[in-house]
Amino acid sequence: MENRSPYIVNAPSISIIMLKVLLALIPGIILYVYVFGLGVIINILLASITVVLTESAILTIRKLPIKPFILDGSGLVAAWLLALSIPSIAPWWIIVLGTILCIIFGKHLYGGLGYNLFNPAMVGYAILLISFPSIMTHWQTPSNLMIVDASWLDQIKVIFNSNLLSKKTLDAMTSATPLDYIKTQLSLNQPLAMIQHDKIFGFVSGRGLELINLGYLAGGLYMLKEKIISWHLPVAFLTTLFFSAWLFNFFAPDTFASPLFHVMSGGSILCAFFIITDPVSGPTTPRGKIYFGTAIALLVLIIRLFGGYPEGIAFAVLLLNICVPLIDSLTQPRIFGHR
Amino acid sequence: MQLNNFFKFNGGVQPEENKTLSTGLPIARLPIPKKLILPLRQHVGQVAKLKVKPGDQVLKGQMIAEADGSVSAAIHAPTSGKVIKISQEIIPHPSGLPDFCITIEPDFKDTWIEKKPILWKKIDRTQLIEAFIKSGIVGLGGAVFPAHMKLRIRQTQPISTLVINAAECEPFITCDDILMRERADEIIQGALITQTILGAKKCVVGIENNKIEAYEALKKAAQETSIEIRVVPTLYPSGDAKRLIYLLMGIETPNDKRSTDLGIQVFNVATVAAIYRYLELGEPSISRIVTITGAVKTPQNFEVLFGTPLSDLIDAAGGSLTKQKKFIMGGPMMGFDLPSIDVPVTKAMNCVIESSPELFPAPKPVMPCIRCARCADACPVNLQPQELYWFSKSSQLEKAREYNLFDCIECGCCSYVCPSNIPLVQFYRYAKSEIIAQDKSKEAANTARERNEFRLARIEREKKERAERHAQKALGAQDKEGQDEKKSTIAAAMERVKQNQQENIKN
Ligand code: SF4
Ligand code: SF4
Repeated sequence: MENRSPYIVNAPSISIIMLKVLLALIPGIILYVYVFGLGVIINILLASITVVLTESAILTIRKLPIKPFILDGSGLVAAWLLALSIPSIAPWWIIVLGTILCIIFGKHLYGGLGYNLFNPAMVGYAILLISFPSIMTHWQTPSNLMIVDASWLDQIKVIFNSNLLSKKTLDAMTSATPLDYIKTQLSLNQPLAMIQHDKIFGFVSGRGLELINLGYLAGGLYMLKEKIISWHLPVAFLTTLFFSAWLFNFFAPDTFASPLFHVMSGGSILCAFFIITDPVSGPTTPRGKIYFGTAIALLVLIIRLFGGYPEGIAFAVLLLNICVPLIDSLTQPRIFGHR
Repeated sequence: MQLNNFFKFNGGVQPEENKTLSTGLPIARLPIPKKLILPLRQHVGQVAKLKVKPGDQVLKGQMIAEADGSVSAAIHAPTSGKVIKISQEIIPHPSGLPDFCITIEPDFKDTWIEKKPILWKKIDRTQLIEAFIKSGIVGLGGAVFPAHMKLRIRQTQPISTLVINAAECEPFITCDDILMRERADEIIQGALITQTILGAKKCVVGIENNKIEAYEALKKAAQETSIEIRVVPTLYPSGDAKRLIYLLMGIETPNDKRSTDLGIQVFNVATVAAIYRYLELGEPSISRIVTITGAVKTPQNFEVLFGTPLSDLIDAAGGSLTKQKKFIMGGPMMGFDLPSIDVPVTKAMNCVIESSPELFPAPKPVMPCIRCARCADACPVNLQPQELYWFSKSSQLEKAREYNLFDCIECGCCSYVCPSNIPLVQFYRYAKSEIIAQDKSKEAANTARERNEFRLARIEREKKERAERHAQKALGAQDKEGQDEKKSTIAAAMERVKQNQQENIKN
């Protein structure tokens, strides 16, 4: 006779967990729209449609039930994260292609939900960045900094057919991100203080960008409260990023930006709460999570300061994903009654 | 109710208690049923040895089967009547397999055998243990380990602390709760006796903070004694002995030791009450309190004679409310499906829950593990259930063992919190039984191999000896002949020996 105890469960379903992750992204997305306009919404929509279609197709080929594996929402989370990671003025096929790559190479090639070794969103992102470096580093200018007014229609145009726009509008719409800007200006031997006087800088990091990051932070805190993620990863990542950036900044304030700048720039907050917290590709032990977050933060900072790319989150995450089995096996917690 | 200082173990869960369901009414006594079916094994260890045969008249409290060896327990007739058969019957066990039972037809006179209280203060330890072997008392918390084994321990290991387990952490179960409310004196007296027998300096009762009335009753009963009543949080599985010891004293029992190695012995409240009744009143273990709850009409606690068919208990609780008539023995976290309502009430049966789709919905479809580690956060042993699951599922049994599968207490906390609805504990049970089976067959193979090697060696030795004898003889017979011939004979004999040996190897 089968013994099926426990007879009771009290667990949120995977769908609910993923839904809450999506929900936690909403404040950041709203602020994104506020700062940059509707482009990002188009990207999210494109990504969502692509992910549902691609996954349905793959699940059919793999002869797996479609409904539970679409409704689990994990595909949507990866797609949204990818959509939020790419420039919002990238042409439409970038996000479509990226999402397809992310689902195929990041998820189903390894066996689908639960089996992926790498963070799917970061796989998609890394392939895009290597294949289309120029598109992937042309970011949008925050609306309130644009010299020429670009309407929401222009945003749609730039995504679907940028030929419809005048060169002037196009130029006005793109600008370097603060991380990028500092990197190029430093190579021109400009002192940091001067560089940071540029209008693209706000209170602590990029103007507008810092606001979006605050939105992500709010979402992250919500997930902590809802116990969707544990504190280990974001805390390890953010404190390491902060203190290592502080160390550089302390010894060479003219070349290295402030710790707060690093924490509030690029994808730091998104990374801390939404990307490295992907359970499947991350470590499971509490200590392992701390090592994982710490190592990624160090790598991110090194790539930002000395690497060829302005932002290094994707590579840092993918690199550490490989180490997860090792980290897990080395950080097994002490079992009750064991020494 | 003030929580005492406690040491929190990792994880644990707080499922809905559903205890008030069955605590509304006092303990009721179930009338003597038409027949009593008494399994010969209601305890951990050896099957009890029969002392009656069909047709025998028995009195209430008469021993009908005796403990066979030290790890075994006696069985007594719960009422007077006639033994009508000894046969295989279906019993309440997760295996669902039938086992040997004595069936008694009561005469409804309920005549006691002469009760002989035991002057336990006057007799020496050996006599006392002897007496306990005849008591039939086993751990009534569900572990059903013979009590005399637990009392005897002092001979090898001094006991400093007696812990009385009053946690009753599983949802739905209230048999200990109600016993404490109504018979706190018996429990405290039993605890004091047990403490004295064990020679323990201290006696601590650990009770969860959801049993206020029981706590008050115990507190009152223990007023004049040195027994300490300590309140622990309502956190499943606080009633697990090693977890309870940790909650109370912050002592982790090492995985390869028993708590007695640390001088701590644990008894359940119902068990010490039974010890009291046996020593002071001369009543052996013939009944227990059983919670019947869930989808029955009037959930409550009954004092039930062992051997009473479950169907009688269900009727006494007003009957079942569902069509499915599915019953679970134990709590919803660690219990199991009963094979039939004809099974008898046994010493292990603390609770029977009538299942219903509302109470215990069918399990949801299983999804892949997403490595969310919720299970690890909930595991009171601090294991990594997701790894154990992975190894069990992929039959990497050595790995599972390496990740301490055998430390798993099958409490179910991991499954309880798993978003992917994975029946983790079932995988662990499977993996454990596989490993044990493998170990057994390996052992068997080893002994077989050793035996075979021994046999081969013997044959070889005999052949060799024979060949040597031949060679000697040949040597002796041809002694007078020429040296050359002698040499060649020796050579030939040696050759034969060699051949023999080679044949042996081929064999
Ligand atoms: S709770 Fe379930 S899904 Fe989460 S890690 Fe454990 S087994 Fe996997
Ligand atoms: S059943 Fe085993 S693995 Fe699961 S929580 Fe309990 S002890 Fe841990």
